[in-house]
Amino acid sequence: MEQGHSQGFWSKYVFSTDHKMIGKQFLLLSIAMALFGGYTAYLIRWEVAYPNTPAPFFGLVTPDKYNSIITLHGTIMLFFVGMPLLAAFPSNFLIPLMVGARDMAFPRLNMASFWLTFSGALLLAASLFVPGGPAAGGWTGYAPLSASSDFTGVKWGVVLWLLSLALAFISSSLGGLNYLVTVVTHRAQGMTYDRLPMTVWMLLASAVTFFLAVGPLIAAVFMLLMDNLLQTGFFLPAKGGEPMLWEHLFWFFGHPEVYVLFFPTLGMSLDILAVFTRKPVFGYKLILGSTGVAVALSFVVWAHHMFQSGLNPALATPFSITTIVISVPFALIIFSMYAMLRHSAMRLEMPLLWVLGFLATFLIGGLTGIFLGSAAADIYLHGTYFVVAHFHYTLFPSVFFGGFAAVYYWFPKMFGRKLNETLGRIHIALTFLCFNATFWPLFRVGVGGMVRRIADPSFYPQYQVFAGWNIFASIAAFSLIATQSLFLWNFVLSALHGPKADANPYRANTLEWSAASPPPHGNWGEKLPVVTCGPYEYSKPGEAEDWKPQAQKA
Amino acid sequence: MIAKPLSTPAFPAGPVPSPARDLEPAKLGILLFIAIEIMFFAGLISAFLVFRLGPAQWPPAGQPRLPLEVTAVNTLVLLLSGFSVQWSWKSLRAGKTTAFLRGLGLTFLLGAAFLAVQGGEWIRMLHFGLTAQSNIFGGFFYALVGLHGLHATGGLLALLWVGRKALKGGYNAGNSLGVDLCRTYWFFVVGLWPLLFVLVYG
Repeated sequence: MEQGHSQGFWSKYVFSTDHKMIGKQFLLLSIAMALFGGYTAYLIRWEVAYPNTPAPFFGLVTPDKYNSIITLHGTIMLFFVGMPLLAAFPSNFLIPLMVGARDMAFPRLNMASFWLTFSGALLLAASLFVPGGPAAGGWTGYAPLSASSDFTGVKWGVVLWLLSLALAFISSSLGGLNYLVTVVTHRAQGMTYDRLPMTVWMLLASAVTFFLAVGPLIAAVFMLLMDNLLQTGFFLPAKGGEPMLWEHLFWFFGHPEVYVLFFPTLGMSLDILAVFTRKPVFGYKLILGSTGVAVALSFVVWAHHMFQSGLNPALATPFSITTIVISVPFALIIFSMYAMLRHSAMRLEMPLLWVLGFLATFLIGGLTGIFLGSAAADIYLHGTYFVVAHFHYTLFPSVFFGGFAAVYYWFPKMFGRKLNETLGRIHIALTFLCFNATFWPLFRVGVGGMVRRIADPSFYPQYQVFAGWNIFASIAAFSLIATQSLFLWNFVLSALHGPKADANPYRANTLEWSAASPPPHGNWGEKLPVVTCGPYEYSKPGEAEDWKPQAQKA
Repeated sequence: MIAKPLSTPAFPAGPVPSPARDLEPAKLGILLFIAIEIMFFAGLISAFLVFRLGPAQWPPAGQPRLPLEVTAVNTLVLLLSGFSVQWSWKSLRAGKTTAFLRGLGLTFLLGAAFLAVQGGEWIRMLHFGLTAQSNIFGGFFYALVGLHGLHATGGLLALLWVGRKALKGGYNAGNSLGVDLCRTYWFFVVGLWPLLFVLVYG
């Protein structure tokens, strides 16, 4: 493919090999899929709040449709919103810019990675139209529900679901490989490892975690496909198979996946904090060490998802211990972030507000996780809405507060224009309020014993006392979804007509702000940048300026 | 000089040496790819071991005996191909073009022979009534052996691709990356097999 400066429409916007365009493609894909995922969230909350009442813009959410909808919701939000928004978008857009390269190590592989995820999303959408409808075994696809159509009545929907997961996994693996090779081999002169911004380190941690964890799940997906298409019985007890095996292989991937979606937010938040508090990152090496420990531990905690599934109780204790221990390195990282806030002259600009929102809400998600890590408490809480509240308090801050922080912060770099400040601040405030109003009540409902995954709570008289809380949470959820229209409006209008932004509107040090906004094809013009210092030389005593860009013009 | 900036001359080559200029990006790429593959097979093999080491009798009673002797010889054939690809690579690096081409051809023939015998044994096992559906034993036999066969086929296609370019004189001692990548991947295919052989047939 030609890669000159004059590109045609197709090679510039569609089949592009430019890392910045691929990053934007991933961003747009995740926004489109988030709309789809938001629609499923609306249907779920409608049914829980107003059972047996037809939902506007859909109709009656019957129990079998409810099962398909929760399956779609989880799959879409994790693999087609979280992964593109937090792993693929920042890695593609930022890594070459932040390490001072012209593009990824393998631009064409990068393009293939986008189109694989895109095809996966299409396959998932196609499952809406096959006989039997989309998969209905939950986003975790527990066997035997997913291994035979006897249980949910869905056959082709499961096959399409599995194929779409496989494509998304292969895409993210190839992407991760590309990011790693790029950082190792394509750094600019002077960009030593200890001068890499936290964003790059954390994107690498995310990529490494992903592709060490995903292999076994691809194997499990392959075996489940065989069960569905060739009538093998790997996960079917009736044929001598072992359903727990799927759970082990799924969570061996599934738990590290949570951190895959968490590391990027940590890295980007640290960089944003440094810029808006005008302070260096607190404990650069401590954070790197903690990250290493967290990556290693993330591979030995998976069975805490299975305390209730008939896991050998002798195994529950070690997994409880590792689960509680893994909160230590993460606490070190989060406390380093709090340390940066202390005595700082914060500039309360929009990206920092997102990060503060992330820190406040994620803390609750993290702390409630400790209860669930203890096997004894988990047996009671695991099947309830407490778990729903807990994982939304970890994943929503990570994916959406973190994702929005990234989009707001790098918006001027991506489009060369500024977002509207008023709309942006209203969006942040409403998102923060509505998110808490949606999920805080669910802790209460969960501790009260209301079981999750049921379509019609009115069927169970003991849940009637929660009806008020559920309606409150649902109205908050609808408001949370409606609030996002402010963002869409602001995003589209500002990208096209917003006021022009400077190359470095925040006086930030990292390398991407030394390139033009938006950076041209090839990023750096004639000469590559030369790096002379670390990324966090903010407010250095004795210096005239409170910042010092990493790049010196060669 | 950056190891490989972009495949086009659109940008002037930077005056700046990359910190890791000795490491070829594609070489690191293939090693990471093999890491993903190893994790993939690790997942598959641990799933297999859950049953193999489980309380139930293994293999289940009344199953056709797997062709141990033929496959043992076939394993040696595949191992030989590992040596021949290394010989071919060494010859290329030493500038011995004829030996390089012979080694590459020999590797391809040995690999193809391995695959043909495996395929033949597969068909024989099917005739004996062992299918993927019959039980977990059959399912794993075809999944493990089949997936390895698929990877071997991929390796053979890569060898063909490299061989075609080699016949046109596309490689020499200084320009050998394609052969190196192919060799690295083939080592993975060869190295994995003895483990599968011991676990599945042993």
